[in-house]
Amino acid sequence: MHSVSRSDVEDFLFAEADLLDQWRLPEWLTLFTEDAKYEVPCTDLPPDASPDTNLFYIADDRVRLGERVKRLMKRTAHAEFPHSKTSRIVGNVRIHTRSDAEMSVSCVFQTLRTKDGTTDLYFGKSNYRLTTTGDGLRIKEKRCLLGSEGLRPHGRISIVL
Amino acid sequence: MNANNTEPALLVDPEQRIFKVARRNFVDQEIFEAEKEKIFDRSWLYLGHSSELPKPGDYITRAVAGRSILFTRDAKGRLRALMNTCPHRGAQVCRERKGNAKSFQCFYHGWVFSADGKLRGQPGEESYPEDFKSRETSNMRAVPRYESYRDFNFVSFDPNIVSLEQYLGNAKEYLDVICDQTDAGMSIVAGSQEYSIRANWKLLTENSIDGYHALTTHASYFDILMNSTDNMSAGTGGGFGYDLGGGHAVLEYGAPWGRPVAQWIPGWGEAGKTEIARQYDKLVAQHGKERADRIALKNRNLFIFPNLVVNDIMALTVRTYFPMAPDYMVINAWALAPNDETAWARKYRLNNFLEFLGPGGFATPDDAEALEHCQRGFKNSKEAMWNDISKGMGKEKPSHNDELQMRAFWTQWNRQMFPTPAPSIKDVAA
Repeated sequence: MHSVSRSDVEDFLFAEADLLDQWRLPEWLTLFTEDAKYEVPCTDLPPDASPDTNLFYIADDRVRLGERVKRLMKRTAHAEFPHSKTSRIVGNVRIHTRSDAEMSVSCVFQTLRTKDGTTDLYFGKSNYRLTTTGDGLRIKEKRCLLGSEGLRPHGRISIVL
Repeated sequence: MNANNTEPALLVDPEQRIFKVARRNFVDQEIFEAEKEKIFDRSWLYLGHSSELPKPGDYITRAVAGRSILFTRDAKGRLRALMNTCPHRGAQVCRERKGNAKSFQCFYHGWVFSADGKLRGQPGEESYPEDFKSRETSNMRAVPRYESYRDFNFVSFDPNIVSLEQYLGNAKEYLDVICDQTDAGMSIVAGSQEYSIRANWKLLTENSIDGYHALTTHASYFDILMNSTDNMSAGTGGGFGYDLGGGHAVLEYGAPWGRPVAQWIPGWGEAGKTEIARQYDKLVAQHGKERADRIALKNRNLFIFPNLVVNDIMALTVRTYFPMAPDYMVINAWALAPNDETAWARKYRLNNFLEFLGPGGFATPDDAEALEHCQRGFKNSKEAMWNDISKGMGKEKPSHNDELQMRAFWTQWNRQMFPTPAPSIKDVAA
């Protein structure tokens, strides 16, 4: 991982955000390793809380993340049918630690979601563990720490953050 | 249109099997204002669970029916529910969500209170009479009524309300079945789901006890569930809805999902099978097979009037919600779990919880969407005036996917909102 620069990481995270904005979720899913995790803790928990002992909003392993993607592409995922429009800004990208196998990275995010005349803002910080494969950078873990007090007024995380 | 409107809020005719709810009940500003006084100021309202305050000095601040409540465990270990406002000039005394403290100091003029709300001291004491500190009016005011049942703590702003146990009535027995999952007590798991829905609060009451919507609203969840269970008809031997009186209601039914206490599904593997069998055997030893089967294999969506839901389903959840406007509510939800469960069971419980429940789950966002679209549909309420909740009327034993539960809620709601009903309303149990 020592040859990966911050702009490589930025390019990767910007591309990830773009896939989500375009609802190309099956492609987005290929950015994750087979043992990957995607987590959103409740906002009153410490940032390193474990989903095995604490109540989260989302704690997906790779299998459930796959189910999430499949579900969100169906008409019966009512909260996202028709799909909302989203716009993601990713910034303040920093590389914290790196080893031969992986690196830990953080960024801040601001995601706007519009549906049925209502626009909501999701914001916070994402912590990533990234690795490289023959296909380039891949996500081992993505944990989104919401900056808001609870989930009000939007009330749901029906999109992928 | 207003709360004193002569138009009925309900249209009920048991002979014709008609039960209709006026849609203005969900949109009218005056109904919303009247509910504050006639529903929320005259009920027992859930405040929190004793396990949230394990040690003396622990405290939580929480909003209940628009009030700011300071919930503490005092130095003697006794739980206290205080109005979180300084007796001096009214500032909120405690501004933190939770913590542990020996005393609370109002930052405005520095008055200091102990965890039981008693005034301990104030700057410039010499300018007050000698007995000032011993006057009851110098202390933080206790909530008018505070009682608890099996670690579920409630407050009421009506000093003359009946006791909590009397209020819970037939709902008590269902709380008992839920609490009897373990003899080691239960705790709220850390992490609060604090969310909202842009819809009238009564829509969530209905949705929480609605067995009818599951297969359509949650079709995509059942698609996923099929991957973790080999038998979708397991435990689906039906169930029933019950009117518990006083506006309380419950569904009790079998379902194909796994229950950490205690119904195994293949997705949990052999380790899970052993663990679930151990828990089941323990329940049989404690309660006998019949009650053990009820505790382990039946699901319960328990509604306690007006705004508490205890769902004993694929996980155990406590959910309470408050209207902020006719078309906006805030919701707090927690996971409840037996104190003596293993790390395996806790992990799978939480995993199960998140699959279905909560604003990031595979079901709750679709419920929220349905409720918000009802609220949008109610914009037509001048022309299309009525909701129909007659399903299962006239049956001797309505099923869990009939609408008896909703009729139980609305009958009580109507009784409190319109104590002298218009002559056209037949205020009868449905």
